[in-house]
Amino acid sequence: MAVVFKPTEGLTDKPFHYCPGCCHGIIHRIIAESMVEMDILNSAVEVASVGCTYNSYEYFNCDAVQAAHGRAPAVATGIKRNLKDQVVFTYQGDGDLASIGTAEIIHAAARGEKITVFFVNNAVYGMTSGQMAPTTLLGQVTTTSPFGRDASYQGYPINVSELISNLTGAVYVERVCLTDYKNIMNAKRAVQKAFNVQKNNLGFSFVEFLSTCPTNWGKEPVAALDWLKEKMIPQYPLGCFKGEDLKFDAEGNLIAGEVHAGEKEVRA
Amino acid sequence: MAQKRVLMKGNEVIAEAAIRAGCRNYFGYPITPQTEVMHYMAKKMVQIGGNFVQAESELAAINMVYGCAAAGFRVMTSSSSPGISLKQEGISYIAGAELPAVVVNIVRGGPGLGGILPAQGDYFQATKGGGHGDYRNIVIAPASVQELYELTVEAFNLADKYRNLVMIMGDGTLGQMMEPVAFRDEEPIAAVEKPWAACGRCKTADGSVRPHNTVTSIYIDPDTLEAKNRELQEKYKIIEENEPRWDEVNVEDAEVIITAFSTCSRISRNVIRQAAEMGIKVGMVRPITLWPFPSKAIAKVAEQSSVKAFLDVELNAGQMIEDVRLAVNGTKPVYFHGRMGGNLPTQKEILDKIVRIHNGEKVEGGIV
Amino acid sequence: MIDFSVILAGFGGQGILSAGKMAAEAALYEGKEVSWFPSYGPEMRGGTANCSVVISDEPIGSPVVNDADVVICLNQPSMEKFEKQLKPGGLLIIDSSLIKIQPTRDDIKFVAMNASDIASELGAMTYAPISMIGCMAEATGCIKRESFEKSLYEILPERRHHMIPNNLAAWDKGAEFAV
Repeated sequence: MAVVFKPTEGLTDKPFHYCPGCCHGIIHRIIAESMVEMDILNSAVEVASVGCTYNSYEYFNCDAVQAAHGRAPAVATGIKRNLKDQVVFTYQGDGDLASIGTAEIIHAAARGEKITVFFVNNAVYGMTSGQMAPTTLLGQVTTTSPFGRDASYQGYPINVSELISNLTGAVYVERVCLTDYKNIMNAKRAVQKAFNVQKNNLGFSFVEFLSTCPTNWGKEPVAALDWLKEKMIPQYPLGCFKGEDLKFDAEGNLIAGEVHAGEKEVRA
Repeated sequence: MAQKRVLMKGNEVIAEAAIRAGCRNYFGYPITPQTEVMHYMAKKMVQIGGNFVQAESELAAINMVYGCAAAGFRVMTSSSSPGISLKQEGISYIAGAELPAVVVNIVRGGPGLGGILPAQGDYFQATKGGGHGDYRNIVIAPASVQELYELTVEAFNLADKYRNLVMIMGDGTLGQMMEPVAFRDEEPIAAVEKPWAACGRCKTADGSVRPHNTVTSIYIDPDTLEAKNRELQEKYKIIEENEPRWDEVNVEDAEVIITAFSTCSRISRNVIRQAAEMGIKVGMVRPITLWPFPSKAIAKVAEQSSVKAFLDVELNAGQMIEDVRLAVNGTKPVYFHGRMGGNLPTQKEILDKIVRIHNGEKVEGGIV
Repeated sequence: MIDFSVILAGFGGQGILSAGKMAAEAALYEGKEVSWFPSYGPEMRGGTANCSVVISDEPIGSPVVNDADVVICLNQPSMEKFEKQLKPGGLLIIDSSLIKIQPTRDDIKFVAMNASDIASELGAMTYAPISMIGCMAEATGCIKRESFEKSLYEILPERRHHMIPNNLAAWDKGAEFAV
């Protein structure tokens, strides 16, 4: 019988602990598949963070280091500075990256660390049971914004990709979602592009995934995807914020596009 | 072979010693009075092809240390008291993940921003945890620039040997002063294999792939976490057995024993000489490792019939004295002399107390 | 000699810290134990600079000096601050080109010398503290001129060796003021 589908070698056999309808599983899979397809599984180091994915290293079938809350980009810096030929990536949620780890992510990007950051934005703290995140939408009800996020009281959501793309050290910044097959394939393309940016030593690469949290949003999985499309995307528009012109061939060589002038000056 | 003595600043000697010990990674954030460690590293690491990153904060710096150590490389950071407080998060994670790393604390006065002058008020923080959880750092307290050199090299060996954080605890005096130092031609570097390192180098020489490595400190299952803690405690027991270091000065026949570390021990050594001229026999036990604490050595000295009392001298309100009292275990009185805020005790202050103790007076335990 | 201690104090830019280092290097050349300790941090803001040098045949206790054998002052605020940190019978040397007050103590030895004038004749203000060290050495015997000279050849890079004769000249001029 022909094999039409099989688990990727990029993931271990350990069953995911993620809730039904959560996008972490898909994101894990496209990153893992990409590592296999790009032959970096045995030369990559994942830096796991704190949140629902605290133990993502149990799923990714590569070397991994578990980092303190928000510090994954600093941990990745310490690794990558020594292992210039390895691929080092962080996997962080919105509380981790955009709240407690704001300083670490901004400065890793500003320094142009040759790492890849995968940022999963589901507009809520998942693991600690649904508190308001820096990316929580205005009006969104969470356990710590029980009357809906009120700008005059709790401030405004942070658009992280836009923020990061303003930094000269960041070379590639894109926001994607996983609401359907087309978007998933697009997200996988972004993952591979980010890895290629790193492999070509071009600078800091960043992919933001809009993701769902049916459990803490209090929605069925399909309804959660609809909410993401209707509410999140207007606040967090999809697209490439930086490095759109960078193109790589099948072997991962840079064939088109240029890194902005600032980076070139530094490297000259 | 020792080379000719050269005059160097303590902070620079720490950096030079680290480089000689094979450390090619330094991550730090500026704070007085340890900035010269950074300055030296900023220059040297570029020249020798190592890594120097001025991090955005102490939190970031210690987590860079964590990552670097996890990947299997010798690494150091340095700071001073308020900065070390910030680093406690990473220090606890390094303990939990059992990573070898060297952290230098050139202590200044606290609490809060305190001051920038020498102090020893971080003894509790360094030896009793500092961060969360049940863990121990090896804490080394050099007393001279020469010792800063030798013990910093040793710190890297101990860190690798036990997969443990080693803290070099100096103070503003030691970091800022220049003193002669004689470097060795070759360093006694113990090469340690790190098969556990998460370095992404999974393909072995014969083309096979080794099992993937994970460095972590999280164990959600209570039994697993308890077992991990038991394992750590077993390791600490071995360190307590093997690694206490101390120095004894004139303890034989001594009537009064001074306990003091680092800068205070230097001043006390002169007091011993002055007291001898007055016919008072004073000795000193100087802990070189603050953890593991040389309790047995102190207990042994306390058993001497010649010893009437102890005088503990520190640049704080009385921290190491708790360990001294535990070691002496009530067999002899333990008095205290401390200065704070960046002031150092004078020889005269200490000598006056010695004379009073020698005369059988009860000396108040407090601060001058 | 046990813990012979010197405080040098003045403005930043007068060469206080490096003069102190040179004295320490000379003592080290003689095989002595030696320490040098600078003022640091905010203390240095506002332009003041000072350092302590201790020379000894035994391992040095505190490198921080509270009761100095010699105090060398190159400005008035330093004299006001450090005169009281001199041991009874100690030696106070001041730059009379810059300091117009007299010491308040009468239990100390006192030398007023026009160090800055000597320095400007030699072409750089940084020779002023060197000349005062020359005075101190001549008065106390704490370091020898020969070791000062030889240590300079050792510690200075060759491109700076042309400055050594001027340093020695400053030393000699200062030595003439010794009491």
